[in-house]
Amino acid sequence: MSDTGPVVLHEVRKTFGATVALESVSLTVRPGELFGLVGPDGGGKTTLFRILATLLVPDSGTATVLGRDVVRDLWDIRSRVGYMPGRFSLYPDLSVEENLRFFASVFGTSLERGYDLIKPIYQQIEPFRDRRAGQLSGGMKQKLALSCALVHRPDLLLLDEPTTGVDAVSRREFWDLLDTLQASGLTIVVSTPYMDEADRCDRVALMQQGRVLAIDAPSAIGALFPRPLFAVRGRPRTALLDALRALPTAASVHPFGEAFHYSDTRTALAPAQIAQDVLDALRARNLDGVDVTTIAPGIEDAFMALMGDAPGVPVGVPA
Amino acid sequence: MHREKRLSALIAFVVKEMRHILRDRQTLVILLLLPLAQVVLFGFAIRTDVNDIRLAVVDPVPDAVTLALRARFVGNGRFRVVATVPTVAAAEPFFRRGAADIAVVFQPGLAERLARGTGAQMQLLVDASDPNSGTTMQTYATSVIAAWQAEQPGAGRGVRIIPQVRMRYNPTLESVNLFVPGLIALVLTLVSSMMTAISLSREKERGTLEVLLVSPLRPWQIIVGKVVPYLLLAFANVVTALFAAWAVFQVPFRGSVALLLGASTLYAMVGLALGVLIAAVTTSQRAAMLFALVGTMLPTTLLSGLIFPIASMPLPLRLISHIIPARWFIVIARGVMLKGVGVADLWMEIAILSLMFVAFMTLAIRSFRARLD
Repeated sequence: MSDTGPVVLHEVRKTFGATVALESVSLTVRPGELFGLVGPDGGGKTTLFRILATLLVPDSGTATVLGRDVVRDLWDIRSRVGYMPGRFSLYPDLSVEENLRFFASVFGTSLERGYDLIKPIYQQIEPFRDRRAGQLSGGMKQKLALSCALVHRPDLLLLDEPTTGVDAVSRREFWDLLDTLQASGLTIVVSTPYMDEADRCDRVALMQQGRVLAIDAPSAIGALFPRPLFAVRGRPRTALLDALRALPTAASVHPFGEAFHYSDTRTALAPAQIAQDVLDALRARNLDGVDVTTIAPGIEDAFMALMGDAPGVPVGVPA
Repeated sequence: MHREKRLSALIAFVVKEMRHILRDRQTLVILLLLPLAQVVLFGFAIRTDVNDIRLAVVDPVPDAVTLALRARFVGNGRFRVVATVPTVAAAEPFFRRGAADIAVVFQPGLAERLARGTGAQMQLLVDASDPNSGTTMQTYATSVIAAWQAEQPGAGRGVRIIPQVRMRYNPTLESVNLFVPGLIALVLTLVSSMMTAISLSREKERGTLEVLLVSPLRPWQIIVGKVVPYLLLAFANVVTALFAAWAVFQVPFRGSVALLLGASTLYAMVGLALGVLIAAVTTSQRAAMLFALVGTMLPTTLLSGLIFPIASMPLPLRLISHIIPARWFIVIARGVMLKGVGVADLWMEIAILSLMFVAFMTLAIRSFRARLD
């Protein structure tokens, strides 16, 4: 790993009392990258953002943002970073435009000077510029918050779970906007509990309970899955799930939308052979009309495997 | 950041804060009308001077003297005779029902005893369940009798010391005069401490403070931006309270208006510093409000001398009252309004308030950190 980059973390540890929020986190974000922090709630994503935003001081380890130390050079960092906290931080009693102008002034600029950068986002909410921010829909609030975080032309954008609580269409639009921003050369660090959104990042860090499990491109992370993987579809679903779990060679069974993702312990065997075996075993249990297909593991499969199938750990599944 | 950028950031902050205040119409109306309502309520309702004293007369054998004295009570204006009975026992039910506040018990044959020059006696029975008004009623009754006595022929015989009492600064003993300075303290505490604490902790609760902290704004800019609009509001409240006191109750204004407004501003600044301090140590609006109530409103009401005289408090409370800013402000306000004294006599109180401001503000800025932990 290189020592330079918009964000460089080295062995960062942060505790709150007896709770360990981050444990020896090291990562480097490259210039112009759209970097994702992916993992369930309580994984340490927000704490990591707050350290990058100079709001928290790590217990040990070092963190540099835009080449500056987050502890020593906080005022240098603060004027050059755009930060959108997990809850959209807007004033509900101020109008859209008033919110935007206020945050522009606070960062020493004006709406006019930042307009061309935020234009693709702000244009979508500009018809409602006199409306109070408290009366906006979730998706519009999110766009306003992003505009507020961008209006002072930051060199680095930090977005903590920007799509939580926003409808599916707005979420997709939001990621399209991030692509546009990235194309303008901006480095973006974004966190999400949704695995499907991770695929839209250049690279992701999988985080769980304060640790980074893996850092790589989303496709490469899928390849970390250690076994052949199959999608099994059929009805009735509960009987199918029980039957799959009862197979002596079952390594993991997880519901994924309509299907179950099944992996087998017999890694030496050809996938087609395993698929046939599984199909036969299910038919033997009177489950007909079942379909077993070999699939390439995705990031969520890898995440489940890396977590060690720890029970009770909620993983965000998009609605 | 350059200086002019900092200034424009600060101005933007103040404008934003004014918008919050102006758009919360209900709170604003309450805050603006509060000093008016308080002055009028305290002025009319919560008076310690007693009018309409209900008098029971116990006169077993009416004669010229008892009738003359009775006429004096009726003519006084403060007393209203509710019963005239022959025995003390007959007056008792009036006390128990709360229908009488005071009873004058005449001795039988009072005129004859006075004429003979032998000792004559009268008894006053007072409902002292409220000791303050009990004492006041007794004083009024005694003065009615003394005034009558002084006019009698031969009253000057013998050596008698007649105390000449002059009630200075408040000759008619209007309690509203005493309350108005305290009410200003109360309103200022509410607006400066409580409203600032609530408004700042609201930013914490909403998460907007997190963004403000990440901005290039320094903590002092956030605090000043927060505090200036409330200082203006507090100033408007002082003017309203003073106007109401002057217009409705003709409360005298003997000293310098500028000095009083200056002292009010200083006191409001102490309150604002306390409000910021409260917001810095609490995490929710609710906690900040309760903290401000218990930590500032309660001591201002009870321990500042606003209602209960400090001199009659037990020693520990008297000591505590020294750290209550309102105690010193009330001394200044009463001094300026009622006695017309100036800085020369009030420099100590002003110095104490200034010190308190510096101390609380330093504490507030220190506990209001640039980070979250």
